[in-house]
Amino acid sequence: MTKIIEPSKQSSIFRRPSSETGIWSWITTVDHKRIGIMYGYAAFFFLLIGGLEALILRIQLSQPDNNFLTAAEYNAMFTMHGTTMIFLAIMPISAAFFNYLLPLQIGARDVAFPRLNALSFWIFIFGGAFLYSTFIFGTAGAPEGGYLAEEVGWLGSAPNGGWFGYQPNAGMKYSPGTAMDYWAIGLQILGIASLISAFNFITTIINMRTEGMRFMRMPVFTWMTFAVSFLLAFSLPIIAIALFYVTFDRKFGTTFFLTEGGGDPILWQHLFWLFGHPEVYILILPAFGIVSEVLPTFSRKPLFGYAAIVFAGFGIAFIGFGVWAHHMFASAISPVAQAGFGLSTMVIAVPTGVKIFNWLGTIWGGKLKLNTPMLFSLGFIGMFVIGGLSGVTHSIVPADTQQTDTYYVVAHFHYVLFGGALFGIFSGLYYWFPKVWGKMYNESLGKIHFWLMMIGFNLTFGPMHWLGLQGQVRRTWVYAEETNLQFWNIVVTVGAFIIALSIIVFMINWIFSKRNGEIAPFDPWDARTLEWTIPSPTPVWNFSTAPIVKSLDDFWHTKYSEDEDGRAVKRKEADQILLELEEDGLNPSEHIALPNPSYFPIVLASGLPFLGYAVIYKSIPLALIGTVLLLIGAFGWGTEPLEEEIHLDSDE
Amino acid sequence: MSSSHSYPHEPTGVETRKLGMWVFLSTEILFFGTLITTFMIFKGSDFPGMKLTDVYDIPFTSISSFILLMSSLTMVLAHNALEANDQEKTRVWLLATAMLGAVFLAGQIYEFTEFYHKGFELTTNIFSSSFYVLTGFHGLHVFIGVVLLLALWGIGQRQKGLTLEGGMNLEFVALYWHFVDIVWIVLFTIVYLI
Repeated sequence: MTKIIEPSKQSSIFRRPSSETGIWSWITTVDHKRIGIMYGYAAFFFLLIGGLEALILRIQLSQPDNNFLTAAEYNAMFTMHGTTMIFLAIMPISAAFFNYLLPLQIGARDVAFPRLNALSFWIFIFGGAFLYSTFIFGTAGAPEGGYLAEEVGWLGSAPNGGWFGYQPNAGMKYSPGTAMDYWAIGLQILGIASLISAFNFITTIINMRTEGMRFMRMPVFTWMTFAVSFLLAFSLPIIAIALFYVTFDRKFGTTFFLTEGGGDPILWQHLFWLFGHPEVYILILPAFGIVSEVLPTFSRKPLFGYAAIVFAGFGIAFIGFGVWAHHMFASAISPVAQAGFGLSTMVIAVPTGVKIFNWLGTIWGGKLKLNTPMLFSLGFIGMFVIGGLSGVTHSIVPADTQQTDTYYVVAHFHYVLFGGALFGIFSGLYYWFPKVWGKMYNESLGKIHFWLMMIGFNLTFGPMHWLGLQGQVRRTWVYAEETNLQFWNIVVTVGAFIIALSIIVFMINWIFSKRNGEIAPFDPWDARTLEWTIPSPTPVWNFSTAPIVKSLDDFWHTKYSEDEDGRAVKRKEADQILLELEEDGLNPSEHIALPNPSYFPIVLASGLPFLGYAVIYKSIPLALIGTVLLLIGAFGWGTEPLEEEIHLDSDE
Repeated sequence: MSSSHSYPHEPTGVETRKLGMWVFLSTEILFFGTLITTFMIFKGSDFPGMKLTDVYDIPFTSISSFILLMSSLTMVLAHNALEANDQEKTRVWLLATAMLGAVFLAGQIYEFTEFYHKGFELTTNIFSSSFYVLTGFHGLHVFIGVVLLLALWGIGQRQKGLTLEGGMNLEFVALYWHFVDIVWIVLFTIVYLI
């Protein structure tokens, strides 16, 4: 089977890109699968950087009164660790899954707006590069008379006001220099990327479902993508405006969050957490979706309480907008507000608990196959329950006042975001590895990765609970020897390095299995969803013909029927069906028009960092360069048809 | 070659681009919602210095608001003309809409300059800051709308003319334009009248 690409006849500003392989084919691609893969690699790269920053922090804290880092450098490292992990690692890795899987799971050929999809990826890349360019161009000074007033090296020339950017600490007076401007504008750019992908996914799910794919037949991962997209669409505008205000305060002398000009620092906290709490669910719901796919497959049972899990997901998303002030119990908010937000925080544990019990119900009585994805999903449930329970303890306001700004809080949210989100993500990476590469990963290395990570993770974040209750404060670069905190701090640091080791095992497994792994069989996991009804790696055109869906878990029902006791029995013709599916999937019988690659998404996206620099340095030429790039991108985009004289055919 | 007969899309019956625009506008509500909320909080607070009431000119702003509202009417007329496949009329009404939008923008620039000369500047007080950021953000939306309308008008000059389907179509821009107009009604009421 060969593919024929007819040359482009219409010329635009640039000649239409036509290469199918090589670097340009990736730069100009609008294929959701390639964009998903690029998202994955870019996010993993940032995950490594964020991890490196965490290791640097842990080296500093392994000894009392350590001077491995200066206070200023420590501030920069924890700020960049948080910002990187949230905005540049976990969110885009989730976006990688959305991109790759969403169209496959609903039986579509691509997302609703393929070029917009490429645009959001490139904006993310440029946003990340912009944020990290602070290490080269940024400056971070110290407030006059502050004890940070010392020589700040390149390591300290990064944003240093925390990922939460509390005002007025992150304002010009207490965080002089340009580093926090890089932070505010960098997040603004990254926010645009996420907003665009949110429109795209919402529209895709509503309007691109294949015949018979009703809402209540969609896989749970698709449902969670839907919920996350709504969370993004409704929470990012809030932080965007708040970051506008910060930029105005820092660059143009307004006082939105500064008390000396009548502004309100607490308003920043409200706006930030009104975004920041839904953000927590933006990070965790994709993992919920992944686990809801993995558990039924490896338990060989349908998902227990499909509708309950779907509605609980949306319940979490909805209530998630009503709990933000529990991050502010120690700020000056009224007792009534404290009681109210304490209650709503307890309430949100209910739909979360519903999900946990449904997952347990799914495993219950199943024939468990303990492959690596399943191990990570089971680990996810355990770790997430610990993190969730310590989260509920924060809803008790007096207890929370005690725990605020201690390592107890750090332990809590790492159990949720690492033990939860990241374990779910690794589960998904192993689960869909055969789908993406057409090869099998190495099962023993996968299991070594899991156990190393499980041990390292608990050694790192478990002791933080008691360190916090003993009173070790977060965001502080030293602790005194007399506090007797040293022992557990060393344990934590050792744990962190074990996690690093497990990541190396993962990378080795990934690289070697991708190159030399066994060829993956068609449908290696005996799975239930549409993406496994097509060959691996996924053909460019996804589905040769639009699949028609007749029920929830349609693929499973094609392979299995029930006996009198309701047990699954493999149909006689199942193997034959799989063979036919593979044959059909590789040989589309009709012409397939695919959206063409385009230069304009990357051109358009490249204008944004220039506009960012223009604001930071108040430079008209930079603003002009940025605007011209935006205009070229937009004009080229508008005049270039999505599909033109190029067909992707199979010659038969 | 289209494969649409074997690949059904749009189970909702709403055109995908239009749906995308609706989703976009729903987030715009939160953009403006956050700005308006902040503005209201600071408006009610105790701040020193000038207020908007010291400098504004209600008749002037009312007229420019009326002009923006009329542009929604011309937008509808453009849409009607296109439905009747009258390309020339469509272009005329599109240009009229863009011009009305531009007049509104000119009015806003004139107004801002006047305020500045009277001493009501961006950093005068917390109220003036939130006033300029809020109305300026809306002005930026009108500006983008005018650019979109002119682009549409330009596309209409080509031989094929405009259609109601595909690409950046008239309905798509019209939705955006009406939204920006509606937001102005809210802003005018909250900022100037209350």
